Amino acid sequence: MMRTVIPVENNDVLGAARGFLKQLLEKEIVEAVLAPMETPSGSVTPALVADPALLDAANPFAPVMGLNAARVVGPVSAREPRGRIAAVLRPCEMRALVELVKLQQAALEDLVTIVVDCPGTYRVTDYDAMRANGGVNQDDLLAAMQSGEAAPREGYVFRDGCQMCEKPHAEGADITFELFGANLSAGIPLSLPDELAEKLGLAPADGPGGRAEVVEKVAAARRQARDTRFSEIRQRLANEGIAGVFASCIRCHNCMTTCPICYCKTCLFKSPIFDHDPAQYLNWAQRKGAYRLPADTTIFHLTRLNHMVLSCIGCGVCSDACPADLPVARVFRAVGQDLQALFEYEPGRSVDDPLPLITFREDEWTGVGEER
Amino acid sequence: MSDESFEPKIVAFLCNWCTYTGADLAGTSRIQYPPNVRIIRLMCSGSVDPTYVLKALLDGADGVLIGGCHPGDCHYQSGNYKARRRIIALKEIVKQAGLDEERVWLRWVSASEGQRFADVVTQMVGALKEKGPNPLRQEWAV
Ligand code: SF4
Ligand code: SF4
Ligand code: FES
Repeated sequence: MMRTVIPVENNDVLGAARGFLKQLLEKEIVEAVLAPMETPSGSVTPALVADPALLDAANPFAPVMGLNAARVVGPVSAREPRGRIAAVLRPCEMRALVELVKLQQAALEDLVTIVVDCPGTYRVTDYDAMRANGGVNQDDLLAAMQSGEAAPREGYVFRDGCQMCEKPHAEGADITFELFGANLSAGIPLSLPDELAEKLGLAPADGPGGRAEVVEKVAAARRQARDTRFSEIRQRLANEGIAGVFASCIRCHNCMTTCPICYCKTCLFKSPIFDHDPAQYLNWAQRKGAYRLPADTTIFHLTRLNHMVLSCIGCGVCSDACPADLPVARVFRAVGQDLQALFEYEPGRSVDDPLPLITFREDEWTGVGEER
Repeated sequence: MSDESFEPKIVAFLCNWCTYTGADLAGTSRIQYPPNVRIIRLMCSGSVDPTYVLKALLDGADGVLIGGCHPGDCHYQSGNYKARRRIIALKEIVKQAGLDEERVWLRWVSASEGQRFADVVTQMVGALKEKGPNPLRQEWAV
């Protein structure tokens, strides 16, 4: 890996980043760039861009997150034939991608991952409201990367997932945009493989230094916010049980649909397994006195925990998508913390760490099942 | 809460090759054990889908027993090692979700251990009697 700095002119950080992405196409390093793009109406959506001129609409710094873009890397990478693609991702999107690769829903071959240090993002609704009313404070957020004191625009908050995100720094990617600690008007520090740097004509240059300290400062504050949320949600789970926490769930399945890791083409809960006979519902109602409908809501959430929680990388898009404003991400992250510790598994860390539930060791938990 | 008349209902998912055969042996050897188990036979403890364990628990089973071959003896080599991780994960989730993970038991019982099967059921019935009925049995809003 080589460290370098992309020059920024007239404080145009976004222009410099766009220029870098264009180079990837113009120098034929990749055939297309998957990046967040500003639509003509000003919304932001991922798009696969083959025409370098269109990258004038790319915005790798747009502080908004509706979907986790790892979801759209799968379709353009999973199978051959495929093109050579560069994907611009947030740290939590990269972590989700790592899990998807292990679940065989995406592939890293022919893919150049570009991950950008992240100050935090807004919900789509907040981002649109800001655009309509005074603008998004993207430039302020970029300027604040140096101190690590990026604050949401007054009257707004970052997404709940971001407020408790303790890993907002780029790592594990081919190319990392290392914004934390940097005075971006002086240039964008990045790390990239030597051969890519050579093709792009970039010479080694030292960044400003101090990134690790700034990342740690941000992470420490986030951990604190996270731990407060975790103890609150654990308390609720202990008192009300999971059925109580999800009492107002309307079973729209949005949390599942937006989850980047949940990938089954036909979810168990949309399959005939949970189409019970009419007489069966009556039987349950008579036995319990009443029976909540749609049926199996608590099992839906418990099963999703069971399927996903070890791989939950904490992007929080499930909570943003919930029309009932349920704390889905807080539940998943809090339960995930315990489960991940139990199996010594850090989701998103490396494609070389096997998924905990498809592997085993003969010499572990040897007393379990043998109790006399 | 111990209610003398309370007879716990246990749903048991047993692997065909070991624990189910062990249960059968207990029967043919006329070893006495409490009649509280409803046995579902599967090919392997590795084919127990945790969702069905949850379904039994949430619909009011007082206990769920998962039985398989001792480690090293699985007829499909590693089904029980995977089941061990799965059930450990499931129990942790059940606990974190505010439910009672002690109602879920995983036990290895071989085809020749008729007495062990009877002992496991006897112990489990005793433990569940101590606990009392699964509160979810009366809980409609789950
Ligand atoms: S969860 Fe973390 S990495 Fe993802 S958008 Fe929020 S701050 Fe950025
Ligand atoms: S998004 Fe919310 S309401 Fe919809 S299924 Fe998930 S928890 Fe329930
Ligand atoms: S065959 Fe008995 S546990 Fe696999």
